[in-house]
Amino acid sequence: MALLSDLVNLNLSDTTEKIIAEYIWIGGSGMDLRSKARTLPGRVDDPAKLPKWNYDGSSTGQAPGEDSEVILYPQAIFKDPFRRGNNILVMCDAYTPGGEPIPTNKRFEASKIFSNPTVIAEEPWYGIEQEYTLLQKEVNWPIGWPVGGFPGPQGPYYCGIGADKAFGRDIVDSHYKACLYAGINISGINGEVMPGQWEFQVGPVVGIGAGDQLWVARYILERITEIAGVVVSFDPKPIQGDWNGAGAHTNYSTKSMRADGGYQVIKKAIEKMGLRHKEHIAAYGEGNERRLTGKHETADINTFCWGVANRGASIRVGRDTEKEGKGYFEDRRPASNMDPYVVTSMIAQTTILWNP
Amino acid sequence: MALLSDLINLNLSETTQKIIAEYIWIGGSGMDLRSKARTLSGPVSDPAKLPKWNYDGSSTGQAPGEDSEVILYPQAIFKDPFRRGNNILVMCDAYTPAGEPIPTNKRAAAAKIFSHPDVVAEEPWYGIEQEYTLLQKDVNWPIGWPVGGYPGPQGPYYCGIGADKAFGRDIVDSHYKACVYAGINISGINGEVMPGQWEFQVGPVTGIGAGDQLWVARYILERITEIAGVVVSFDPKPIQGDWNGAGAHTNYSTKSMRNDGGYEVIKKAIEKLGLRHKEHIAAYGEGNERRLTGRHETADINTFCWGVANRGASIRVGRDTEKEGKGYFEDRRPASNMDPYVVTSMIADTTILWKP
Repeated sequence: MALLSDLVNLNLSDTTEKIIAEYIWIGGSGMDLRSKARTLPGRVDDPAKLPKWNYDGSSTGQAPGEDSEVILYPQAIFKDPFRRGNNILVMCDAYTPGGEPIPTNKRFEASKIFSNPTVIAEEPWYGIEQEYTLLQKEVNWPIGWPVGGFPGPQGPYYCGIGADKAFGRDIVDSHYKACLYAGINISGINGEVMPGQWEFQVGPVVGIGAGDQLWVARYILERITEIAGVVVSFDPKPIQGDWNGAGAHTNYSTKSMRADGGYQVIKKAIEKMGLRHKEHIAAYGEGNERRLTGKHETADINTFCWGVANRGASIRVGRDTEKEGKGYFEDRRPASNMDPYVVTSMIAQTTILWNP
Repeated sequence: MALLSDLINLNLSETTQKIIAEYIWIGGSGMDLRSKARTLSGPVSDPAKLPKWNYDGSSTGQAPGEDSEVILYPQAIFKDPFRRGNNILVMCDAYTPAGEPIPTNKRAAAAKIFSHPDVVAEEPWYGIEQEYTLLQKDVNWPIGWPVGGYPGPQGPYYCGIGADKAFGRDIVDSHYKACVYAGINISGINGEVMPGQWEFQVGPVTGIGAGDQLWVARYILERITEIAGVVVSFDPKPIQGDWNGAGAHTNYSTKSMRNDGGYEVIKKAIEKLGLRHKEHIAAYGEGNERRLTGRHETADINTFCWGVANRGASIRVGRDTEKEGKGYFEDRRPASNMDPYVVTSMIADTTILWKP
């Protein structure tokens, strides 16, 4: 019998010009990714040349049943690591038939901020450190953990190796290569402090692209865990007790911060962030209060403080930046389940456009 | 569904110039290996051209939380047998932001010894015989052994074959090829006297490279056991009773020893080692007193003696060396959990630089 893998791995370029485009969007919860595929007559490299599409919003909590069409606008194209060949992944955002962004569409507002001439001039760069936890299917307990029990305490797992310290590396490593293949600017990976928890970083990416790339990286990750039979969780504090939470630290710089004298610009920016601490925290992910306790390398959720090389601060500035007098800073507050469109645009807005 | 292995084995050279570099370092215990990966813009073959990096020393017992950055200096590059393509493994050592080696960094002091002109002139060669034991996950009992019991006594297992005598050969053989692929000078392997115990040899390597290569060989081994779902132990006496321990016999020669008349140089060197027996033993690995009992092909830990073809001696000289009047000798004292930077540099220090 032919193997399923022979069919899944068919190289269609041998027989046809047609390609498959997987359209991806964010569903009604703001964290559930959805996708479906369509055939196109030939290769496409420019999102503007892709047809708009639509989906059943009443099945994703985004439209009423009697008026359920939600329109998908293609925004970014990536190579499809699962289908390979000339097949593509397409990151989309969602609109009413009237052309209005639906309420859960956070990209639209972000895009407005990133189109502001003042913001464009500052070329905001983002590097996002996405942490996540891998769970055993059906029991939803972290992989490598004994069901009904706990592994030895944290210590050996951060960047650890070995069958008793690193759980799920095949998922992490295939995700790394798949993202590079797709054209996502994935800059690194590491095993995290809690066993079964990992991190990948996307960046530096300018403006709205950071959100697009992080969402597609999350999509690729969940498609890979689907293959592996494992569940991925973006919950910011998956296990209560002496176990680290999961964040999405967001590294940020503007043209002024990267130029000579940038350190002063950074300090002013951090001041402004401090004045809007409550507003940012409200937008930095659900359940973050379970994670930002002041322990486990976090700052308390009600406190705003910053420091050089201080992992217990809300915002951390690296030693290199301090030494060279220019660089970037790391906002350590966002939770792993944050929406990167919201977080990246809010940081740009507060530091570039907002005045106290 | 696409297979995980299709993704893990993606050959990125077809789609991008980018490569993945896995930075490896030694953690706070002196034996725990850690690593994380980053993307580089193109292939690199010279460690001096690799960027320094940093890690969270507070998660490895190497820095406090409020000042946690530890800096990684790349020292040696090897081909990555797991990611293949142009991807690399990078052996690093660790420094404070101010440029001082952190206390657990044993490579820095070794590098100083190996840069001494007298040592450089003697071209010290090392061949290290790394023994190790494979353990079943979760029970931490040697593989192939019945849980709660023991196999038949030692005898049939040394270099043995067959399902009842050799346990874990797939790990050993993939490690052998992986190391050769990586560029490590692995010179051989054999099954050891205790069932579930194996040995590989790295060498001859000159100077500081011996330590670099042995550490990376250990890293590759633990990554392979991680894949195999087995735990690797470098404990020098994993099972009490009539079962062999695990050592890291270190074979050594200098230019003078390898030349005509070298045998006299060897005898003088062994004398000097005898005068510093206590100092060497203190640096030859934790728990060695459980192994160096005078039985099981070891010399008692408090005794220093040497002999030709004598496996019960602290230092053994091969019959070939005696016959040809030149060659090398084997220090049989180091335990399997020794730090090769410490042992190799100490042997060079005592035999070349130190005067009684």
